[in-house]
Amino acid sequence: MPTLAVKKDELYEHLGRTYTDTEFDELCFEFGVELDEITSDREEALKSSTVKLSKSEIAKYSEDVIYKIDVPANRYDLLCIEGLSRAIKIFLKDMDSPTFRVKESTGITMTVTKSNTDTIRPFVVCAILRDITFTPERYNSFIDLQDQLHRNLCRQRTLVAIGTHDLDSIEGPNFKYDARSPSGINFVPLTPDDKGSFSAKDLLHFYETDPAAKHLKPYVPIIKDSPLYPVVLDANETIMSLPPIINGSKSKITLDTKNVFIECTATDLTKANIVLDTVVSMFSEYCAEPYTVEPVTVEYQDANQTVVDSYVTPRMYTRREKATVEYCNSMNGINLTGEEMVTLCNKVQLGPAQLCDNGTVLEVTVPPTRSDILHAVDIAEDIGIAFGYNNIVKRVPQTCTVGGEQPLNKLGDLLRDEIGRAGYIEVLTHGLCSIRDNFTALGRSVGPAVSLSNPINVEYQVVRTTLLPGLLKTLQHNKSASFTQGFKLFEISDVVLPDDKWEVTDTIVGCKNSRRICAVYAGPTSGFEIIHGLVDRIMALCEVAPEAEYIANSAKSKEEEYRVSKDGWTYTIAELDSTDTVAGTYFPGRAASILLTSPNSNGERIQIGTFGILHPDVLKNFAIQYPSSCMEIDLEALL
Amino acid sequence: ATIEDTFPWSDEVKIDHKSIVGAVKSLLVDEYVASSDLSASFFTLSKEGEGILANGSQEILVLQALIEAGKLSIKDLQQKVGKDVSKIGMGNCMKNKWAKKDGGDLVPVKTMDEVTDDVQAALKTLSDADGAANGMDDKVVTGLKKRKLISQVTRKSFKVTRGPQYAPTRVKKAADLTKEMLDSGAWKTTPFKPYNFTTLGEKVGGGYLHPLLKVRAEFRQILMEMGFNEMPTNKWVESSFWNFDTLFQPQSHPARDAHDTFFIKEPASTVSVPEEYYERVKKMHEVGGDGSIGYRYDFKREEAFKNLLRTHTTAVSSQMLYKLANQEGGFTPQKYFSIDRVFRNETMDATHLCEFHQVEGLVADYDLSLGDLIGTIETFFKKIGITQLRFKPAFNPYTEPSMEIFGYHPDLKKWTEIGNSGMFRPEMLRPMGLPENVRVIAWGLSLERPTMIKYRINNIRDLFGHKVELARTRTAPVCRFDSVLESDQ
Repeated sequence: MPTLAVKKDELYEHLGRTYTDTEFDELCFEFGVELDEITSDREEALKSSTVKLSKSEIAKYSEDVIYKIDVPANRYDLLCIEGLSRAIKIFLKDMDSPTFRVKESTGITMTVTKSNTDTIRPFVVCAILRDITFTPERYNSFIDLQDQLHRNLCRQRTLVAIGTHDLDSIEGPNFKYDARSPSGINFVPLTPDDKGSFSAKDLLHFYETDPAAKHLKPYVPIIKDSPLYPVVLDANETIMSLPPIINGSKSKITLDTKNVFIECTATDLTKANIVLDTVVSMFSEYCAEPYTVEPVTVEYQDANQTVVDSYVTPRMYTRREKATVEYCNSMNGINLTGEEMVTLCNKVQLGPAQLCDNGTVLEVTVPPTRSDILHAVDIAEDIGIAFGYNNIVKRVPQTCTVGGEQPLNKLGDLLRDEIGRAGYIEVLTHGLCSIRDNFTALGRSVGPAVSLSNPINVEYQVVRTTLLPGLLKTLQHNKSASFTQGFKLFEISDVVLPDDKWEVTDTIVGCKNSRRICAVYAGPTSGFEIIHGLVDRIMALCEVAPEAEYIANSAKSKEEEYRVSKDGWTYTIAELDSTDTVAGTYFPGRAASILLTSPNSNGERIQIGTFGILHPDVLKNFAIQYPSSCMEIDLEALL
Repeated sequence: ATIEDTFPWSDEVKIDHKSIVGAVKSLLVDEYVASSDLSASFFTLSKEGEGILANGSQEILVLQALIEAGKLSIKDLQQKVGKDVSKIGMGNCMKNKWAKKDGGDLVPVKTMDEVTDDVQAALKTLSDADGAANGMDDKVVTGLKKRKLISQVTRKSFKVTRGPQYAPTRVKKAADLTKEMLDSGAWKTTPFKPYNFTTLGEKVGGGYLHPLLKVRAEFRQILMEMGFNEMPTNKWVESSFWNFDTLFQPQSHPARDAHDTFFIKEPASTVSVPEEYYERVKKMHEVGGDGSIGYRYDFKREEAFKNLLRTHTTAVSSQMLYKLANQEGGFTPQKYFSIDRVFRNETMDATHLCEFHQVEGLVADYDLSLGDLIGTIETFFKKIGITQLRFKPAFNPYTEPSMEIFGYHPDLKKWTEIGNSGMFRPEMLRPMGLPENVRVIAWGLSLERPTMIKYRINNIRDLFGHKVELARTRTAPVCRFDSVLESDQ
C-alpha cells in the first residue's frame, strides 16, 4: 500500500478546515485511507540515525508535523496532497467534483518512429499545462507525485516513465519520439548537470557505478542491453529525455516555468493514459484557467514515414456508467432510494449522477481520475463507502451447510494428539530450506526438489522433500536442554515432491505435496527401539496389523490380543536396502524400511517410510552431540 | 546444653565445621534443636601479603637493593630482587620519592633510616589481631585491600540450643508413604516429615503440542461449528494462473514482482490448465465482459504459466469456486474455510516471516451482501472473544467492496487491524461460470498474529521455525477464548 507524507498544516490549508489528530484519524477511517503515523522530519531523523546527532544537526530538521497516510493501491489520484485534499473536500461536500476541459490544440505534435520504438518502448502520450504557477510546495508535490506513480502504477518505470519539460526552453511544435543507437545519443543530463555532455553508454555506466546516482541505477537494466535506446527530441533534435532513465538538463522545470510539456513513454498504453490523466488532473488545478489542459497529437510513422496510427492525448476521458439502484442496495445490504444515491455519488467523485429508466438505474459520471472504476460493482462499493460501512445493518447469511474437515487433516490432528501423548514435543518448522540441509547434510545425494528462482538467502533454495532437517535443526538449537531422559520431537506437515502427472482442478503444475510424520529421539543411547516402538504405535492407531512373521518372535501381549485392524491392511519392517536414496542418512545395519500392504497396493508391499539410527556424520553436520534415531512416514498412505 | 558458637566448638570436637553445619540444619528440620545465626568478619592475608609480612614490602626491598648497589639499571634491579618485586617496588619508591631516575639508572634518595615500612607494619598488626581490623585506620585497610594483600572473609556459624522436639536419640521421619509400610502396617507408627507446601510439584513430563497448532485446532473447530467445510489446501506450488489471473489480479500488478513472490526455478512452468476457462479469464483481463471494461492489456500465457509458491490460500478458494460452478447439477450454495501455509518474499522482521499461515473463510450463495459479510465476520470474531468491530473501506484487487476489519482486542486493550475481507469481483466469478446473482463473501487473517497475542509472543521467530524455545511449547496453556454462547444471550 503506497504511503503519502503530507505536512499537517499544508493539508489543513488545502482543506480549509482543521482537525485534532484523532478527528482526522476518524475521517480517514470513514473515507478509506489510513493515518498510519504522525511524525516530523526531526523525529524521523532521530529515529533513523545510527549515531547520536548533535544539537545543531537536530536543529536542521524541521519540527513541522507530518501525516503519513496509507492510500489504497488503486487510487492513484490520492498520491499527492492536491488529490487527497480534493477528494476529502468532495467527500465532506465542501466542493463539487471539478470538470476537466481539454482545450483547442495549438498544433503541437509528437511523431513516433514506430519501427524503432516498437523494439524497446512502443508508446508515448503527451499533454501541455499552460500558464501554470509553481510555488516551492507545489513544485515539490509535482516531483513527488511523479515518484509515487513511478514506484506504483509504472512498476519502477518499466511500464510507464514520466518526463516533464519547460516547454519554453525547447523547440516545438513538432516533437519526436524515436529509438536510436546509443552511440549517436549525446546530451547533458539532469543528473549530473555539472559534468557536461555524456554519451548514452557512458551515462548508463555512470549511473551503474557512481554512488551519487544510485537512485537511478535500478532503471539502467530496462534499456541497457537494447540495440536501440528510446529518446524524446525537440524540433532541433535536442535530446529532451532518455526514457525511462533521465531527462535532459536543457528542458528542466524550475519554479519560474510557465508552460509544462509532459510526455509519458510506455510499454503499456492503458497505463500510460492513466498516468498522464492523473498528472494532468492533479496539477491543472494551478493553471491560469484551472482544470484545463492543451492536447498533443501523437502520430506513429512506419519506416516509410507513412502515418499508420494517431491519437490525441490527454484523453481526460469522462465517461458515464450505470448501475441499477437495486444492485447497489443488494450488494451493500442497504435500502436507499435512487435520489439518496444520487446525493451520495457527489461525495465520492462520481457526480454529477442522475437516475434513468424510471428511477431504477443510477447513471454516474466517472472522471478521468477514477481509473479504478471497471464495473457497476465499483459504483456499488462507492455508494457503500459514502453511506458508511459501519452504518450497514449486519445480518447472518441464511446459507445452510454442514461443516466438515479434510480427512487428511483430521487424521493428522488425531495423530498429533496421540504422538504428543507418547511423550514427543511438537515442532513447526519452515517448508523452505537449503540444498545442503535437505540432501547433503543428511548423507543423501542431491535429488529432485522444487527449487526457487529468487531465493533471498541460502535457507530458501528448495522446498523441503523431507521433514527431517527441521527437526534436526531444532535439536541443534536446543543443545543446552537435558538429554539424559531422551529428547523427543515430532512434526506432521507437508513436503513437496516433483511429479509431472499430479492433476488438481484440471491443472498440472509439476509437483505435489506429500504429508509426512517425522519424529526424532536423541539421548544417551540411540533410542532405535524407542523410535521403532513409535512406528508400531502409529500403525496400531491407524488400524494396520503387523504381519504374522513380523511379530512371531515378540511375546504375546494383551495389546496384541485386543488389536483392531482394517481388513487387508498389514505392515512389516525389513532392513533398509543400502541402495535406497535415504540409506546414507542412517547408521549401516541400523535402518529399516516400513512396508505397507493395503487394498490400494494390490497385495504388494509398498515402502511408506523408513526409520533408523542417524549416521554419526549426519549428527556432526547438524552439530548434534547425542546418538539419535528418527523415522519419517508418508501419512497419506495410511489414509 | 548450649553450643555458644559452632566454629570454635568444631575445633574442640575435631569435626569439620561444614559437617556440623549440615547436621544442625538436618536437626533443625525436625526441631530437635533451635539455632541462631552468628557471623564473624575478619581479614586474611593473601600470598603476597604473607610474603611482605615475612620479608618486608616491595618498596623497602627495592630501596635496600638500590642503597646496597648505589645505583642500578632496571634490568639489574629486576635481576637482583625479582621481576614482580621490582615492578611494584620501583613504582612505589618513585611515588614516595625514595628513589629517582638518573639517566637509565635508578638511584636511592633516602637512607633506610629515613623510611619506615608502613605496609609490613599494618599487615603485622592485622595478623597479630587474628585478622580483626579494630582500631586500624580505614584508609590503611582500604590501601591493603586495593593492593590485594588482604581480603575480607565472613564466616557463618550457629549458636545451638535444644529445640521443641529435643530427644536424646533421633528417630528418622519418613518422607513418603511406601508399599513396605502398607505391607507391614508400619505406617501406623512411623512419624512423617511435614510436607513443604510452598514448592512446585514434579514436572509431569510427556509430550506437548505446538502453540500455533493448538490455535489452528481451535479455529478449525470454530469454523466447522459455523457450518464451514474445509478446503484441500495441501498444495504449496501453484500456477500464476490460479494464484493471480483467476482472481482478476492484472499481470502487471506489483504483487507479482519477484520482490513479493517466490517464483519456481524448477518446475518453472505449469504444464496444463483448463483451457476453456483460461480463455475466459484471458478475455476478462484483456477486454472485460459481463459489464466490466477489463484491464485492457495483452494477457500473456507465459506469465500465467509461471509457477510460484502460493502467496495466499485464495488460490485454492478460486479452484473450489470453479469446481462449484462446474459441478454436476450446477451451483449449490457453500461455505468453505482453510487454514494453511502461504509464502511471501518479504523482508523478515519481528512480525514477518517468509512463511505464515492464512485463515480464510468464504460463503458462496445467491444475493449475498456486505451486511452478510459483516454478520459472518462478527459471528467468527465473537467466538474468539472479540466483540467490538469496525470496518474500513480498503482496496484488494480481487474483492469489491473490500473492508479491513478492526477490532477492540481484549488482551491488547486497544483497536487493531485483525483481518481483511470483501466480496469477490464479478470479473473473477463470471468467467468461472457462476450464475450472475451468486456472490461470494470472504474474509481472512493470519494465524500467527492471534497466536502471538494469545501466548504473549513478541517475535514471530519464537513461534515458527527451528529456533523456537521449547520451554515455551511446554508451558503454553490450552487454547480457549472468551466466547459468548448464542444460547446465553
